[in-house]
Amino acid sequence: MALKGNLRDFSVTQILNLVNIAKKSGTLYIEGPRDEARVNFRNGQLCNIQIGQQEKSLLQRVAEEKKISPSQYKLLSERLAGRSDKETGLYLVNGGYVNQDEIFEVLAKSLTSEMRSLLTWGDGFFHFEAGEMIPPDRIPARVELESLIVEGARKLHELEDLKAEIPSLEMALKFSERPGTNIRNVNLSEKEWQVVNYVDPKNSIQQIADITNMDSIEIRRVVYALLQAGLVELIRPGGAPVAMPGKQIQPFDYKGQRGLVNRLIERIRSI
Amino acid sequence: MQTQTVKIVVTGPFNSGKTALIRSVSEIDVVSTEKKITAEAEKIKDSTTVAMDFGRITVDEDLVLFLFGTPGQKRFDFMWEILSEGMLGFIVIVDSTRPETFKEARNILETFHAYAPTPYIVAANKQDLPDAWEVEDIRLALRLDEGIKVLPCIAKDKNSVKTVLLELLYAILEEVDKKK
Repeated sequence: MALKGNLRDFSVTQILNLVNIAKKSGTLYIEGPRDEARVNFRNGQLCNIQIGQQEKSLLQRVAEEKKISPSQYKLLSERLAGRSDKETGLYLVNGGYVNQDEIFEVLAKSLTSEMRSLLTWGDGFFHFEAGEMIPPDRIPARVELESLIVEGARKLHELEDLKAEIPSLEMALKFSERPGTNIRNVNLSEKEWQVVNYVDPKNSIQQIADITNMDSIEIRRVVYALLQAGLVELIRPGGAPVAMPGKQIQPFDYKGQRGLVNRLIERIRSI
Repeated sequence: MQTQTVKIVVTGPFNSGKTALIRSVSEIDVVSTEKKITAEAEKIKDSTTVAMDFGRITVDEDLVLFLFGTPGQKRFDFMWEILSEGMLGFIVIVDSTRPETFKEARNILETFHAYAPTPYIVAANKQDLPDAWEVEDIRLALRLDEGIKVLPCIAKDKNSVKTVLLELLYAILEEVDKKK
C-alpha cells in the first residue's frame, strides 16, 4: 500500500526513521518545488541518491572526495566515458587509484552529504516504492541512517522550539503599540523586511509565508526574531478560547466496573 | 432505577471519519450539528461537525452507551475538554490516505490523553482506499508505542467499527482489572 504524502506534513527525517525502523527496501521519490530526488534503500540502509536529472557518477564522487587529482579526473573522464559505475570501480581498483574499501568510504561520505541537503527540503511530494531496487549498474552503498536521523531530528527540534513560541501559523501579527526596543537602532534583514511589509491583523502568518515564499521554519525564525525585538505582537484571529494544556478532567472511575464493561462488550458483539 | 450512561469519545482530525464511524453503529440517527464549510483549506467536504456528533447504543434498561464525536478543526478545541469529561475511553480516528493530518492526530491524541489518562486506541480509517498507508507505517508516523492498539478500519462498515469498539472495550477491561 501507499507510502506517500507531502514533506510539509511528513519530513525527510521522519521518512528515514520509518525506513530505518521497518528495515524497508525500496526507492523514495521526492518532487520538490525546485528539484527532484530518488533515494534507494536496502534493509533500512541508504544505497544510492540521485538529486536532479543527472546522477553523480562514481568517478565524480571519487574526485570530489579528493581520492584522485583534477588532472587524473580529466584523463579518466575521457577514458571511462560511457562506462557504468561498476565498471569504473573495477578500473579504479585494478589501476591502483583506490582500493575497494575506499570506494565504499567515498560513496558513504558523498551520499551522506547529499542526504544532508535532502534533510533541509521542507516541501515536495514524496512516494515510496517498496521493493524497487538500485539500478544494477550502480554500486550500492550501505550507509546506516541513525546519525542522519539524529541530525534531522535536531533540525526538527529547532522547529519544535519555534512552534512552542509560535504555536500556529494561523495567528496574525500586529505592530507593538509600545515597542520594547529603540526602533532607530533596529537593523532588519531582507527577510524580516519582507515580513514587516505584510504585518496586518488581517494577514495570517501562513499567508505571509506563502507570499514571501518562506517555509514553516523560516517564517517562524523571522517572526520569532521580530517578537524578540518587541516590534510585533501575536494576535489570535477570532479570539476563540483554547483548551488549557495539561488540565486534568474528572476521569471515569474504573474500580469495580468489570460487569459494566462486560455488558458493553456483549452488546457491541450483538450489533 | 435511573439509567446509567457511559460515554466513549471519538476524536481525530478534520474529515477523518468520526461522524461515519458513529453513524455505523448508532441505533438512533446521529445527532449532528453540521455547518457549511467556508474555509478554503477545509473544502474537502460540504459540511462539517462544529459542536459534536452524538450516537447512542442501548445496552439494557439500566445502561446506555453514548458515542460523542468531537469537531475536528483546531479552532474548536475548546469543545474537547467538555466532551471528554468522565469518558470511559477514546478512539482517535486517522484518515490513512492523508499523512498531512498525522501530526494533528498526534497532537489531538496527546491533548486528550493529558485531560485524562483513559484507555484509547487508534483507528486507521479508509483502509479500503488504494492510497491508504499501512497500519504499521501509521503507528511509526504517530510515534505510538507497541502497547497502543492501531487497528485497520473502514468507518462506513459496521463490522469494522464493531471491532474497533470491542478492542477499546478490551483495553478498558484491562484498566478495570488494574484498579481492582
